Amino acid sequence: MTAMARSVLPGFRLSTGYTLLVLGSCVLLPLAALLWTACELGPEGWWAQIGTRRVLASLRLSFGAALLAATIDAVLGLLVAWVLVRYRFALRRQFDALVDLPFALPTAVAGISLTALYAPNGWLGSRLLPLGIEVAYTRVGVLLAMVFVGLPFVVRTLQPVLESMESDLEEAAYTLGATSFQRFFRVLLPLLLPTLLTGYALALARAIGEYGSVIFIAGNRLFRTEIAPYLIVQKIDSQYDYRGAAALGAVMLASSLLLLVAMAWLQRWTRRWAVVR
Amino acid sequence: MRRLLLALAVLLSLSAGNVPAQDVKLLNVSYDPTREYFQDADTAFKAYWAQQSGQDVTVTTSNAGSGKQARAVLDGLQADVVTLALAYDIDVLADKGLLARDWQARLPNNSSPYTSTVVFLVRKGNPKQIRDWPDLIRAGVQVITPNPKTSGGARWNFLAAWGWALRQPGGNSHKARAFVTALYKNVPVLDTGARGATNTFVRRGIGDVLIAWESEALMALQESGKDNYEIIVPSSTIVAEPPVAVVDAIVARHGTARVAQAYLQFLYSPQGQEIAARHFFRPRLASVAGKYAAQFPAVKTFTIGEQFGDWRNVQTSYFADGGLFDSILEEAQ
Amino acid sequence: MAAVAAVVSIGQPARTTHVARVVLVLGALVVLGWLMVLPLLAIFAEALQHGLAFYLHAIREPDTLGAVRLTLTVAAIAVPLNMVFGLAAAWSMAYFEFRGKAWLGALIDLPFSISPVVCGMMLILVYGKNGWLGSWLEAHGLQVIFALPGLVLATVLVTLPYVARELIPLMQAQGSDQEEAALTLGASGWQIFFRVTLPRVRWALLQGVLLCNARAMGEFGAVYVVSGHLRGITNTLPLQVDQLSQENFSAAFAVASLLALLTVFTLAIKRLVKWRHGGEWNAND
Repeated sequence: MTAMARSVLPGFRLSTGYTLLVLGSCVLLPLAALLWTACELGPEGWWAQIGTRRVLASLRLSFGAALLAATIDAVLGLLVAWVLVRYRFALRRQFDALVDLPFALPTAVAGISLTALYAPNGWLGSRLLPLGIEVAYTRVGVLLAMVFVGLPFVVRTLQPVLESMESDLEEAAYTLGATSFQRFFRVLLPLLLPTLLTGYALALARAIGEYGSVIFIAGNRLFRTEIAPYLIVQKIDSQYDYRGAAALGAVMLASSLLLLVAMAWLQRWTRRWAVVR
Repeated sequence: MRRLLLALAVLLSLSAGNVPAQDVKLLNVSYDPTREYFQDADTAFKAYWAQQSGQDVTVTTSNAGSGKQARAVLDGLQADVVTLALAYDIDVLADKGLLARDWQARLPNNSSPYTSTVVFLVRKGNPKQIRDWPDLIRAGVQVITPNPKTSGGARWNFLAAWGWALRQPGGNSHKARAFVTALYKNVPVLDTGARGATNTFVRRGIGDVLIAWESEALMALQESGKDNYEIIVPSSTIVAEPPVAVVDAIVARHGTARVAQAYLQFLYSPQGQEIAARHFFRPRLASVAGKYAAQFPAVKTFTIGEQFGDWRNVQTSYFADGGLFDSILEEAQ
Repeated sequence: MAAVAAVVSIGQPARTTHVARVVLVLGALVVLGWLMVLPLLAIFAEALQHGLAFYLHAIREPDTLGAVRLTLTVAAIAVPLNMVFGLAAAWSMAYFEFRGKAWLGALIDLPFSISPVVCGMMLILVYGKNGWLGSWLEAHGLQVIFALPGLVLATVLVTLPYVARELIPLMQAQGSDQEEAALTLGASGWQIFFRVTLPRVRWALLQGVLLCNARAMGEFGAVYVVSGHLRGITNTLPLQVDQLSQENFSAAFAVASLLALLTVFTLAIKRLVKWRHGGEWNAND
């Protein structure tokens, strides 16, 4: 890497070198091993692993549910972050601290406790059942687990920006007679959109790869509630098939990277848009 | 920086935990439902071995899904002995040269010191009147059984159903396939392991019948009280034979061949058999079996050898990727 | 709902109508109550189902205590490693322009988009017995996978971006004027780092470290693949919970509640520090 260090500060080689060393040994080397193993299959073997109806269905579920979950997270997370930053009320700090729970709670625990709550004999599940709503062992359950693990990403990304955001614009809009809806949609949202997209992308990435919390509540039914990471586990644990598992892992990784690139592009676009407005 | 060095020091001191010469360590890599059994057996063996050889042996037992455990040993988990749910998971280790290919002939009874059978657990009073295999494919009956891909125990469940159908008058593989497909149509939740399935049935209240190993069913009965569940024994079922083996390549490196061998033989001894029976596994030893006869009802059984040949064939034709089980599951949806 | 009655807005746009405010706060509380409080309550309810004596017995089991020790050990190694990484990456990304910088940034974020299960599998492909470095490691008697180093590697990989992500935007926004001023006054590189930069970013650093720590202690998917499940030896707390859930539900939830308490404890530290140095904190936000 050529240093075009315009900065006069020292430590470019040390800091960049160390960063590259860690990334190389912890990320790039394992990643290369994954892609290498996946490539050993050859194109036909690769398609035989990926092109089945079952794999495609699980990928559709993992990505579809994750996109939906991240969208729900974006809406709910915006609400929560806004309220936590802008208003003062009793127990605010305690609620604020709670947001980090899904970060720290082992995903297996989250899965088990969500299942305990939403199973037909669970505290919530038994109340929802008469209404005809089934959560545990359905796609709704998959979605719920993903919403749970993704929410803090949105809230925690938005909070600092909301805290630092100046209210001049809003005030100006107010004095010009804009309604609160207009203020929100015309002034605030465009300003927040880039950050919201960052949070959305993080929640999305997390939800796509999520295993522990989903596996317990999903019911793992073929074509319906079987997520892609579970197929990976099935391949290595019953077939000892690292190549097939690596192929599926590589496809998942590539797809989420594509999504994230699209997200970054969208973000740049919204930023420009916000400035123009 | 100082914290980093401290951390490194901790790391090194942890990995260099030296063992005094007289102490022996043994790692037993096992499958999920044997935890309670080996807790007792390991303690008993420690006392036995101290008396026999004067050595202080510490047995550590690791529990997880059978296939996952075999994969872990393949990837370098230092198992002195493996005690898994089915012979194929040990065959895989033999294929990689970790132990002799004829491992199953090295100990009595196909190297499985205890057995179990596949039975049904139903809710008290048997509201859906489930008596035998055909009742499981009736409309409106929900069956709980884990995924054979991730649970070794569930492969025995699958084979029990298939074998029963084959053994019916006029039974053939075509009819067996139709029967098993109909059965999986009634499965609302496909758990990853046997205990997960038991939890779904017992704690979540899902399903009308749980297909389970007799050992699991008896244990669920003991834990949840006989007022809530009943065990139904089908007209015929499979003998589940969980095998054990010493991993030659690893004991050679550890110098633990003798104690590992003694450990497995201990499982066949009257004391070991008694512990197995107390944990609801059917003992092989007639004297112990007689003592616990009341616990284990008479069952008409068939073995995998009689009905299917060996596990390698079973694995490739039934459970390989794109094999019979996969297509059955696809049809059942 | 006394909380809602006590709503007093001191937020900057103090003109939002009272009704809208109450509705918004109520909405947020419902979301948090539904998504966060209920699962937490469910854990404690299940854990205490058989009474306090059972609960205390379950969390004092030697294997569980071993798991607590292991989890703390892994976090104590992985978090400082990621802290150093985060500082180095931020220094490089914030203060220098170089070719491939965008790629480096993307690479730092990459672990976010790898499924933890795949993370664990990748490590096995490199460090496992049949992996790229497997035979070399075996020849030198080094066990990585199914031992502490593997658990640390998996945790480092999964939590790698957390500190860097907190620091990079802050340091980019703050600029390097102060550091450059220190340089012209004759300070050495390390002096600048410890006396100028570190104090300026310490709150963001703390925030990143705490998040990283929380995530490190709770990591499941990746360590699940590389642990080997030796009770008291390579079972971290989350794995212990998973195994107990196969055997004894209430004990599993008791241990899970321990983990939840550990998290609450970490977050309480953050609160405490934030409260003590509130002014500085906000100035840096």
